[in-house]
Amino acid sequence: MAFKGVLRPGLIQIRVLNMDEAINHYQNILGLNIVSTEADGRVYLKGWDEFDHHSVVLRQAESAGLDYVAFKVDSDDYLREIEPKIVAWGLEVDHVPAGEQPGVGPRIGFTLPTGHRIELYHQIDMADDHPGITNPDIYPRRPEGMGASRFDHLLCYGPNIGKAREFFCEVLDFYQPEKVDLPEGDGSLAIWLTASNKAHDIAFVEHEEPGKLHHVAFLLQDWNEVGAAADIISINDVSLDIGPTRHGITRGQTIYFFDPSGNRNEVYAGGYTAYPDHPVRSWDFDHVGKGIFYYERALNDRFLTVLT
Amino acid sequence: MRHRVTIENCNETYPCSEQQTLLQGMEQLGKRGIPVGCRGGGCGVCRVQVTSGNFLKAKMSRSVISEADESKRIVLACRCTPTSDLSISVVGKMEKALRAECQVEPEDEVSVAAVV
Repeated sequence: MAFKGVLRPGLIQIRVLNMDEAINHYQNILGLNIVSTEADGRVYLKGWDEFDHHSVVLRQAESAGLDYVAFKVDSDDYLREIEPKIVAWGLEVDHVPAGEQPGVGPRIGFTLPTGHRIELYHQIDMADDHPGITNPDIYPRRPEGMGASRFDHLLCYGPNIGKAREFFCEVLDFYQPEKVDLPEGDGSLAIWLTASNKAHDIAFVEHEEPGKLHHVAFLLQDWNEVGAAADIISINDVSLDIGPTRHGITRGQTIYFFDPSGNRNEVYAGGYTAYPDHPVRSWDFDHVGKGIFYYERALNDRFLTVLT
Repeated sequence: MRHRVTIENCNETYPCSEQQTLLQGMEQLGKRGIPVGCRGGGCGVCRVQVTSGNFLKAKMSRSVISEADESKRIVLACRCTPTSDLSISVVGKMEKALRAECQVEPEDEVSVAAVV
């Protein structure tokens, strides 16, 4: 098997201000399915094309934003072996016992120099309501809302993104399909990192405030579904950010909007297939507008400043 | 019922119903003045201080509006509905951009700074 170690961003826990409004949004607008609601109030959801027990965890809190993202790894052995490497690189590792989330085994966690908490886990139950396996139909039933098929990636804002790149690439064997250079010096304004064939599993933008969430993205199948997502946004008066449009970076077709607590969501289709031997695609600072929004060819203030 | 909202920083006024937030009322008329962010009480971009008038407010992210802010009637325009005519002053982090857009005279900066 060529695909080893970290497999994908598998779990994300998001803080919301009002759980009822959040459930309506993630279930009826995005089209995720609720898997369970637990005694501590957290709500667990998944996309229709995900085999694992859940991928999105909503937690009601006094502030919106990101609690953590957890990457699924290929084995318990990897989880054991990676821990001392993370410590040797300089991060403190803590342990989350099995069962802290329903159906999920033990996790290890640490905080990046960008201020974001990252976790790794291997064991997770298969969902009862999973995609077909034997003579599988293309989907079990028509998805609700936008029909988001899975949690796809996230974009984090924080300081020291060069250190984050070093950590992901040197310790967790990610690679960097794309970057935006700072106007001066060797550093990057933004980086796209992946452990897979996806153009990004996680991305970072350099920003002074640590631990901020720019967006959490969900996968759609094609440009038509992005258009339908735009219809659903207007029908339901969802707060629109920008789109439908396209990224120069990753080439993804996209629309951005906000959940009822102000966390930015993206639904996304397309994008190129990444390989670790490809050159790093680079954007200089003078072309960043076209890189981010390929049709508008300009950044907007909201994209750079609106974070949770 | 509609009320008149006045944005002091740029002398803009607009009508806003009791069913709309201050931000929705401004945006849907194509008016400008309050910076528009997430519209969900999470990002803090539409931070304003209500200098006169009455309003109702919904839950706002504590990381962007503190209890001390609320006691000074500093709120997020996206979570605030008017129950009377209102005057507000934009005090958020994008307020500097607003001043450039509205071409406010330099002496007004003093009053803005005093509010923050």
